[in-house]
Amino acid sequence: MNRPDDYLNADYSVSSWLLTTDHKRIAILYLLSITLFFFVGGAAAVLFRLELMTPPGDLVGPETYNKLFTMHGVVMVFLFLIPSIPAVLGNFLLPMMIGARDLAFPKLNLLSWYLFILGSAVATTAILMGGLDTGWTFYTPYSTMFAHTNVVTGVLGVFIVGFSSILTGLNFIVTTHKMRAPGLTWFRLPLFVWALYATSLIQVLATPVLGITLLLLVAERGLGIGIFDPAIGGDPLLFQHLFWFYSHPAVYIMILPGMGVVSEIITCFSRKRIFGYPFIAFSSLAIAALGFLVWGHHMFVSGQSAYAGMVFSILSFLVAIPSAIKVFNWTATLYRGSISWQTPMLYALGFIGLFTLGGMTGLVLATLAVDIHVHDTYFVVAHFHYIMVGGMVMAYLGGIHFWWPKMTGKLYSEWWGRVSAAVIFIGFNLTFFPQFVLGYLGMPRRYHAYPDEFQVLNVLSTAGASILGAGYLLPFVYLLLSLKYGRDAGRNPWQATGLEWRTPSPPPTENFARVPEVREEAYAYGAEEAP
Amino acid sequence: MPTQAPLFPEQASTMAGRIDALFFALLGVAGFFTALIFGLILVFAIRYRRRPGRSSVFRTREPLWMELTWTAVPLAIAVGIFIWGAALYVEAARPPAGALQVFVVGKQWMWKIQHPEGPREINELHVPVGRPIRLTLASEDVIHSFYVPAFRMKQDAVPGRTTVAWFEATRPGVHRLFCAEYCGAGHSAMTGRVVVMEPREYERWLEGGGRGETIEASGRRLAERLGCLTCHVPGGGDRGPDLVGLFGKEVRLRDGTARIADEAYVRESILDPAAKITAGYEPLMPTYQGQIGEEDMLRILAWLKSLNEQKPEFRSQKPE
Repeated sequence: MNRPDDYLNADYSVSSWLLTTDHKRIAILYLLSITLFFFVGGAAAVLFRLELMTPPGDLVGPETYNKLFTMHGVVMVFLFLIPSIPAVLGNFLLPMMIGARDLAFPKLNLLSWYLFILGSAVATTAILMGGLDTGWTFYTPYSTMFAHTNVVTGVLGVFIVGFSSILTGLNFIVTTHKMRAPGLTWFRLPLFVWALYATSLIQVLATPVLGITLLLLVAERGLGIGIFDPAIGGDPLLFQHLFWFYSHPAVYIMILPGMGVVSEIITCFSRKRIFGYPFIAFSSLAIAALGFLVWGHHMFVSGQSAYAGMVFSILSFLVAIPSAIKVFNWTATLYRGSISWQTPMLYALGFIGLFTLGGMTGLVLATLAVDIHVHDTYFVVAHFHYIMVGGMVMAYLGGIHFWWPKMTGKLYSEWWGRVSAAVIFIGFNLTFFPQFVLGYLGMPRRYHAYPDEFQVLNVLSTAGASILGAGYLLPFVYLLLSLKYGRDAGRNPWQATGLEWRTPSPPPTENFARVPEVREEAYAYGAEEAP
Repeated sequence: MPTQAPLFPEQASTMAGRIDALFFALLGVAGFFTALIFGLILVFAIRYRRRPGRSSVFRTREPLWMELTWTAVPLAIAVGIFIWGAALYVEAARPPAGALQVFVVGKQWMWKIQHPEGPREINELHVPVGRPIRLTLASEDVIHSFYVPAFRMKQDAVPGRTTVAWFEATRPGVHRLFCAEYCGAGHSAMTGRVVVMEPREYERWLEGGGRGETIEASGRRLAERLGCLTCHVPGGGDRGPDLVGLFGKEVRLRDGTARIADEAYVRESILDPAAKITAGYEPLMPTYQGQIGEEDMLRILAWLKSLNEQKPEFRSQKPE
């Protein structure tokens, strides 16, 4: 039985949820909304993967196909991945991890969710009105002067959602600075908090540029003010510079929090303190900083100067180094640990493997001469799915499985959990590995129909996608079932360190009856078992 | 063109093998590190799996040399690959002198190609083997990208500017041409073929394909029709600067600055003449925005460049 005074039982009325300022309830609101969008974006992917089973475009027309991949991209990036770990797990855990009763600005936090809902409602309206067909990158002048679809509505939706992201980032930064429990110094913080902090910096500094860029796009499309279209005095490359100035850092918004989750899980399930804490912590900041300086690697064949290409290439290689440091430190953490193969750990290990492959293929794309060939092919598609799906979604699911007992007070079926991790790992690789080969063969992305010689690999990819889809449905089912049939989790089912585990599951509204005091570094694993 | 289900693309240009060599080096690096990480994870996860009576060794202090090693080694590899990739890229960005010129205009949803000798093609490009081909690309509407996988060559065609790419085919054959930048409903239909021919066969194709008016000649005819030469009198007049020998030269402007008369400058001067005025002239010229399409622009540019090559003829009139 749930304790009567936990945050879920505090009040059952609808208004107590819709007007809540409790960070845990807001996290649940986000969890419900982004889960919906994950399945919406996934449904679009199912349709176009089916279309790509055969070379000619026969299942849907080209306009529909273009709307499907646009919808998939926009929904997955802006309505799922960017809010995923920060807005759900970050919201739920940040205050508890630092021994606080809530975020610094609880009402602002609720406003963030409402902005997210408003923006996603506007974007959904654009889809219901017939959709848009610009791709999630909205490249000009196609998006401003040539597309006949609901570009302005869709873009305004993304614009509004951006403010939700900015406010969440701001809230997290202030909370981390001002609300830490007594004794919790920066170098005692869990690495998840470091990762969220670095992510928040990017959200606050980069997202306004996206907002400005999208407004300029609307100004050109709606009012005919020449900014990006050369026919009315604009410059199409200006859009790419502005767009990627946000959207490359946004890639790190989508991966840094996942790295934070993995740091937590790896150390807990190895029962060992993390290897190289300061290196992992500072590499998050290094990624956040360097991530701002690499946007031009999306433009190696755009006609930008060869010198600019060289600068962006070397900087892109540099940003890979902090990621490599993290991977090595996680691996070293396993050394002489006491490793349990429970569900969150399987997801975290899957993350490390897939992220490594995604990162290494990123080097291929950073290499100037090779990028000329693979740019805008399926090689790129495979690469960023290894990072965003193989990396971020695995980490997100790992985090959900790790903290589910804390959020709900219930244990899920461990057996089904392991099965889901394995099915998703296999399905993912079968879906996206063939796309590396397709890309090097030269199949361009966003093709509705393709030459016959690409069919075998496309069929493999679609087969993998069906396994992957089934894999994603599994946790949805057994996690929901655990709410009714799951055993009570207790305070700390994983014997994890960290302040969030010192409070009951589910936690009371105020998190801690008494603000805890911190006397030791994070991840003091093994101390309790030491002779 | 391949018909089976290949796993690796054909190598049909001078760059293809060299780019593949770099790619294989990258695959080697990627394979090594991926295998290393996967291998270590598996070994550790099995060897140190949780067993009763055995706890972790929790107080290992991480040695600094380890952190430094796994920072420095990847860094060194990265810098090495960067240099290799950048050197090839610079080569790929600079067409060799004496390359055969071909003009390409992308529009929704076709590739229009013009050879300097006159023939025009749509979605097909015929080139001779063993000769560098310099492509000058433009777009009439949105961004497109000219991509021939067998040549490992790709370049965006961007509206409002011209871009350049080059390749040299190494053996006769037919290769796929794709548009690689999403450009709307017909994007995946904006494909074609590149036909590489023996030089003699290519000559024959040129003859048969209507070697007629050269691109320079049609550019000159266009310039006359548009009245360019009324003001830009050969030898230089009061109303407009001389166009002979202008291309590639430094131009002094009224505001005291100087500009190289490259393709971007000429394009701007035609579409927005008031933007930059040559020193000593008045802003008299009307705009040609909306009157000249991208193909015409490429013709004018080709003609303008050809005026430079005529210079020796003027010189030859002087006593030897």
